[in-house]
Amino acid sequence: MSAPIPSPPAAPVLAAFADERLGYGERVVFENLSLAVRAGERIALLGRSGSGKSTLISALYRRLADAGARVALVPQDHALVPQLSVFHNIYMGRLDRHGALYNALNLIRPFRRERAAVAPLAEELGLAPELMRPVERLSGGQRQRTAVGRAFFRGGDILLADEPVSAVDETQARRILESMAARFATLVLSLHAVDLALESADRIIGLKASRVVVDAPAKALTRGDLDGLYAG
Amino acid sequence: MPPRRLALTRGNVCLLFVGIAVVLVPFADLAVANANPWAALSKFAAGFLAPDFAAVSDLGRAVLLTLAFAVAGVALGGAAGFALALASRSRGVRGLATTLRSIHELFWALLLMQPFGPSALTGVLAIALPYAGIFAKVYGEMLEEADRRPADVLPKGTGAVSAFLYARLPLALAPMKVYGLYRVECGIRSSAVIGFVGLPTLGFELDSFFRQGEYGAVAAILLTYYLLIGTIRWWMRAKLLPLYFAAALAVLLSLGTVSPDWANVVRVFTVDIVPAPLRGADLFAPATWAALAAWLKIVLVDQAAPGLVATFVVTQLTLVVMGIVALGGFALLVRNVVGRIGARAGHVVLVVLRSTPEYMLAYLALQVLGPSMLPAVIALGLHNGAIIAHLLGREGERLSQTLRPDAPRGLDLYGYELVPRLFGPFLAYACYRWEIVMRESAIVGILGVATLGFFIDSAIAEIRLDRALVLIAVTVAATAAIDFVSRRIRAGLALGAFGGVAAQRFPAR
Repeated sequence: MSAPIPSPPAAPVLAAFADERLGYGERVVFENLSLAVRAGERIALLGRSGSGKSTLISALYRRLADAGARVALVPQDHALVPQLSVFHNIYMGRLDRHGALYNALNLIRPFRRERAAVAPLAEELGLAPELMRPVERLSGGQRQRTAVGRAFFRGGDILLADEPVSAVDETQARRILESMAARFATLVLSLHAVDLALESADRIIGLKASRVVVDAPAKALTRGDLDGLYAG
Repeated sequence: MPPRRLALTRGNVCLLFVGIAVVLVPFADLAVANANPWAALSKFAAGFLAPDFAAVSDLGRAVLLTLAFAVAGVALGGAAGFALALASRSRGVRGLATTLRSIHELFWALLLMQPFGPSALTGVLAIALPYAGIFAKVYGEMLEEADRRPADVLPKGTGAVSAFLYARLPLALAPMKVYGLYRVECGIRSSAVIGFVGLPTLGFELDSFFRQGEYGAVAAILLTYYLLIGTIRWWMRAKLLPLYFAAALAVLLSLGTVSPDWANVVRVFTVDIVPAPLRGADLFAPATWAALAAWLKIVLVDQAAPGLVATFVVTQLTLVVMGIVALGGFALLVRNVVGRIGARAGHVVLVVLRSTPEYMLAYLALQVLGPSMLPAVIALGLHNGAIIAHLLGREGERLSQTLRPDAPRGLDLYGYELVPRLFGPFLAYACYRWEIVMRESAIVGILGVATLGFFIDSAIAEIRLDRALVLIAVTVAATAAIDFVSRRIRAGLALGAFGGVAAQRFPAR
């Protein structure tokens, strides 16, 4: 199945794969992947677990980061530091903006201006009461929102997020997805819920057994079109 | 038919070790050198029935200094070891850490005594130097094992220091703290033991009162030591450490700042450690090299070789005693084998055996049995066996609670259920302790058994540091060789994984 690329042809390509092999070490996940991500696209990746979504997101992240793009990431395992507070984990999104001394002092005793910068984000994500608690004492949903907060704090042009709302309820998930769309020009999100993907993305990429089987504008697809991804 | 190859099985490994010990027995000096060991033992026991605390006028001071050396030494060693761990990518730094930790604190104490005398500096450094090497290894591993993912997703361009402070250190800090506290406990034992070579700690008091035959005082010192170790869990708290450290510094400074004789210090490190024939000699004269050859013959053939043989004999005999104590002793900890009261009694016996430093235990055994390999083998076998028995007993108690409800009890449980299941772990621990036993066998030479420590101690007493250094190097190499063989056996029997690193890091707990 193929469809015309939905975004205006003028939008520049941010990252592209042309007939490439992707995988971890010895294990090949994609035999020959061809895919382009253009500026301004809002892409949802769909597919069962193990279909290659996480591999694709990490490969995209590496490619974009190496090219010097301003990219933020929410990895699937969150990669938080459990012993540090929500504040410090969110602050880590901007560790590169300050010198070692500033960061070290902020670790021991958070600067007022950094707290003031992080506070609205924590408020928005419903983490304000937990701001100074170690992440290891939080629930799964709270940890996930902390990882989202870190990506928001990092900011940039592109957000790559691997299942960023899998552990929060649907209302909250919608709000977070809207907030992502408002903060980043380009989005590539892997999502577990087809409905959420259809409402929040403008392009759907469906993966099955490490192959791209759907790549179409969200407007052109219905729920039924995507059932095949999860069958068999 | 291809020739049958002796397979590396658990049974064969055991047979091999027992076989080696049997072959070595004729070469071992196992005489009871003391004319009347029973008399010594009964005097000793009488002392315990009437411990005389008043006789030890300096007991309080000895306790304070034991603690002060321990806390200051471990703190300094911990800080240095942490710094070394950060640089552990460098081969040179790793080599330095390995060298530091492979020289026992007693040898460090003997060496440092030369330039610095029985001073605070000697005591603190004797603990800090080997501990820095151990901390470097363990802290390096803890940082290495910590979750790497947070560091992997840091923004590109994050500085190395920031990345370490935020995404590496917090992940390893908790186990590092626990390990540091455990090391303070080890430091107290080390501190007590370095008293035997002249530093003013509990070991020194013990030795002096033994020499005077005042067994009531000896008992008082030993009981004080057990009280100190036994109550440690109530007063050793991470939060109190800064306070203890400050107190330790105050105590050490109150010893008076006798500045060392710097000319002596310089001489020790520039002249004394150079092989005697080379000192100020004409390096182009054949006579110099002939003298060096003669010197090498004395050190290697007359001293290192017999010392090495004796060390090996003590090590191998100890291993068999250790195995028997471990396999028999762990039963004493399992309630379904020896009953509730039996298990409690077994616990007390094993705690005393494993919390008494091996050197102190050997010292006590030597006082009773007289100087030969026998007290060394018994003491080291009991101490190391009790440590393994403790680990196996804990596992055995856990296992015995998870067995089928109609499982046997008593000896049948021990023989049919526990020993077969725990034999693999037993071998793993035994192999792991092989190297430790070797190190300890060398050390007990300082007490007069003719192992490597005896020759090292004599060389230092004769102010022949050049010889002492060669002999220490031989000890380090021999221990490393045993470690290599032990690793190969553990890998060959697929024993390596059992018990995990944690059990090896906290062997006495």
